[in-house]
Amino acid sequence: MYGSCRSYPHNLNPGSTANTPMSGNEIVISEALIQDFLTESFEGLEQTERDLVTLEQTPDDHEILGRIFRCLHSLKGSCGFFGYSTLEKVAHKGENILSKLRNGEAELTEDKATILLQMADAISEMLNNIQETGTEGENSYSELIAELERCESGQPATIETQAATTGQVVEKPAEAPPAANSETSVAEKEMTPLEIQQLVCKILMHTNDDDKPQPEEKQEQKQVAKKTTEIEAPTKVDTTIRVSVNLIDKLMNLVGELVLARNQTLQYCNVYKDRGFVATTQRLNLVTTELQESVMQTRMQPIGNVWNKFPRLIRDLAKSTEKQIQLEMEGKSTELDKTLIEAIKDPLTHLLRNSCDHGLEAPEDRKAAGKPEQGTVYLRAFHEGGQVIIEIEDDGRGVDVNKIKDKALEKNLVNSQQLERMSDREALDLIFRPGFSTAAKVTNVSGRGVGMDVVKTNIESIGGTVDIKTELGKYTKFKIKIPLTLAIIPALTISCGQDYFAIPQVSLVELVRIENSDSKNTIEWIDDTPIYRLRDKLLPIVYLTQQLQLNSEHSTELSEEYSIVVLQADNHQFGLVVDDVHETEEIVVKPLGKQLMDIDAFAGATIMGDGKVVLILDVLALAKRAGLGLAADNKDLISDESLTEEALTKSNKQSILICTLPDQQRIAVPLNKVARLEEFASDKLESIGRRRVIQYRGRIMPLYDIAETLSISSSTQNSEQETQQVIVHNHQGNSFGVIVGQIEDIIQERVDIDTVGRRNGTIGSAIVQGQVVEFLDVEKLLQQTIEEAKSA
Amino acid sequence: MNSIEEKKPLQNTQLCTFYLGELFLGIEVRAVQEVIRYQETTRVPLASDNIRGLINLRGEIVTAIDLRARLSINSKPVDEPMNVVLRLDKNIVSLLVDDVGDVLDMPDCALERPPKTLQANINDFTRGVYKMDDRLLLLLDAEKVVNLNSRNNHEAESPLH
Repeated sequence: MYGSCRSYPHNLNPGSTANTPMSGNEIVISEALIQDFLTESFEGLEQTERDLVTLEQTPDDHEILGRIFRCLHSLKGSCGFFGYSTLEKVAHKGENILSKLRNGEAELTEDKATILLQMADAISEMLNNIQETGTEGENSYSELIAELERCESGQPATIETQAATTGQVVEKPAEAPPAANSETSVAEKEMTPLEIQQLVCKILMHTNDDDKPQPEEKQEQKQVAKKTTEIEAPTKVDTTIRVSVNLIDKLMNLVGELVLARNQTLQYCNVYKDRGFVATTQRLNLVTTELQESVMQTRMQPIGNVWNKFPRLIRDLAKSTEKQIQLEMEGKSTELDKTLIEAIKDPLTHLLRNSCDHGLEAPEDRKAAGKPEQGTVYLRAFHEGGQVIIEIEDDGRGVDVNKIKDKALEKNLVNSQQLERMSDREALDLIFRPGFSTAAKVTNVSGRGVGMDVVKTNIESIGGTVDIKTELGKYTKFKIKIPLTLAIIPALTISCGQDYFAIPQVSLVELVRIENSDSKNTIEWIDDTPIYRLRDKLLPIVYLTQQLQLNSEHSTELSEEYSIVVLQADNHQFGLVVDDVHETEEIVVKPLGKQLMDIDAFAGATIMGDGKVVLILDVLALAKRAGLGLAADNKDLISDESLTEEALTKSNKQSILICTLPDQQRIAVPLNKVARLEEFASDKLESIGRRRVIQYRGRIMPLYDIAETLSISSSTQNSEQETQQVIVHNHQGNSFGVIVGQIEDIIQERVDIDTVGRRNGTIGSAIVQGQVVEFLDVEKLLQQTIEEAKSA
Repeated sequence: MNSIEEKKPLQNTQLCTFYLGELFLGIEVRAVQEVIRYQETTRVPLASDNIRGLINLRGEIVTAIDLRARLSINSKPVDEPMNVVLRLDKNIVSLLVDDVGDVLDMPDCALERPPKTLQANINDFTRGVYKMDDRLLLLLDAEKVVNLNSRNNHEAESPLH
């Protein structure tokens, strides 16, 4: 480090600007020198902080003790050179304490650890001041220095600490033989000039008492002398080099452009079949690929770099909240692009604070709830489906949805109507709205109501999403998903009509081309769900045109030729039906703007070789959307974790959709009879003769007024309403819609339908959630539709 | 009294102006990165009608907002709208307009409240109007226009910045 700076030649940096004029013996202190000092000091400080926290758990770890000592020592030395006297003083005091800990003269107590951490804070403050203003700042830290001195001399700390430790300082008498032994062991490690001085003193003091160690001592002195020269060199061999982030950014951009140019060149290969040209292009291709991979690596950093600060954070939070908290980290080595790492630091910090402050309960409460007194915060990171997932989970008290709802109403973030339409999941998301905070008390740590929405905004600004999952009394889990932007991935281009899309190859399993749909191998319909038999496996089918509501004139569903792209997402395979499949090529993934972030179907966009913008499909999201063979577009009445139909039938429960009519009567429809829930603008409804219809997906779909069907007098069509809620039913190409009043809820219930006294249009009634509900006769309506279609 | 020498400097704002149907609109030049002619747009399925699609701006993918739809103007759109590319807080968005006008220097004192006769939704996006010789110049609130994500159009409190 900078111990060697003391004898810096005075004309070393003739070119760099110096504020001090050059004269005979003055040393030029350039900006670069100070910057280097700061960079190394910050690094050392970070390591020291981490080490101090670890040291608390393992107070005898000599390696750590040595490291901290050396760091403080170097820092002190450099400060002397630069003239930062307060910093020097503080570092010096710390060094003294470390020295005592190292040679066993003192033991690490909680107090000592706390004060040392406070010292680290002070050093950090001063370094920051130097960085910003060039001076250490106004604070003389006299109190801290006094504390450090008290600590050094073994007196009990006067600062607030939880455990009062008194005089656990053990002073070992410096006897000759043991001294010699300890000296030998010390000499085996690297020694600083100060240590050598002390060693020599000790040896000299005992020369008269014991003659024997003398020849050894001389050898030791020689050894020691040898080691002093080594100190000038850095403690580990440096195989790294510092590069400015801007330069790496530039490199990345250039590589991205190169990839695009390479793609275009490759296209020409198909036109100009000149051998030399093709060979050169191949070479270009190989080199570009390797270059791209390597450059991406330069920016990737393990997320552990951000997490390093967290053990200390948790320790401090545990103390200030008087709780027992343990932090478990998994996946430190998960790599992220550097810019992303910077961006998630703050959100993660806030979420951790949140867990400690609001999530975890006090030890007494935990005990009363039958939980272990120590709460745990889990921090996990891993790669999944082209994204980096970070989870922060605590085994605390969970989040009470009802409290959230109440608070949201109170703060006027929603009105009661909107609240009623929300699912629990949507309600939980309210905590991310600006102006929201349920903390009864605003603490220093969190609760100011500016936290969660900032977390969400920060994460969204890098193209990520954040989600909350909780169980009251058990746990709260925040899941952050960050896409690997700047990623260059291989992708397959497909098209539906005039629309082109890209599918990341990582999700691609195989391709099936259907040319003649009269042949045996085609899509079958089982229970209103399209299925394809792929070598003894039943593959659920998803129509891209449907999912994306492409509404092209050319409907894939009716065409004879199409392709099935077999995709895999999250252990589920399914087939995506598209019109045509094109090439596979490498694309640069670019995130979509803020306005399009809500659309989960797309993972980003890219620019193809011909300059066209093409959207990249998010395979996992598509799978989820098409989940149970139902699609509920903007109305997430079905939560993602709802039971699958299988599990439901096992428990004899059915999913039922409940609607209310204007006269407050309730009508139910089994969910497996519902294809979609739609909301249409009233003015879009048209009529053909007596039948109400609507243009839907390029076809004309008949609509039934539920009031009519049930022969109720009052019409469900409230002409003042802007929109109508419609349940769409689909069966082998025949679809129809039922206009209902209000869609209430979807529940899972055991249903025993009683046919007694059923009226026309229903199959019977049942008691659901304590009320009588009639079940719509969907089959009858289907028959009616088929009849009308035939007679048309 | 040398009042001539003590003239207070006039506070002006430079506006980039453009046309949309019958309207003459302007946005502060500060927010405008560039103005380019019609670019091929890739439509985004499932996006709101306000978004015409995505354009390729020298290698960057920019969202193009259909200003006509955003302001709910019903007149017939032009075949090849021009792009007014905005740069707001590091976010780049393009607005599709019929045609582009000159950069005008408007004195701040001339900014008035929008007339009550102005269509309600246009009013929401306007910060004020300037009375010019033959027509009104509406000053658009670029931030509001671009912020499509406020689901509640009638929020009780304005979003914090």
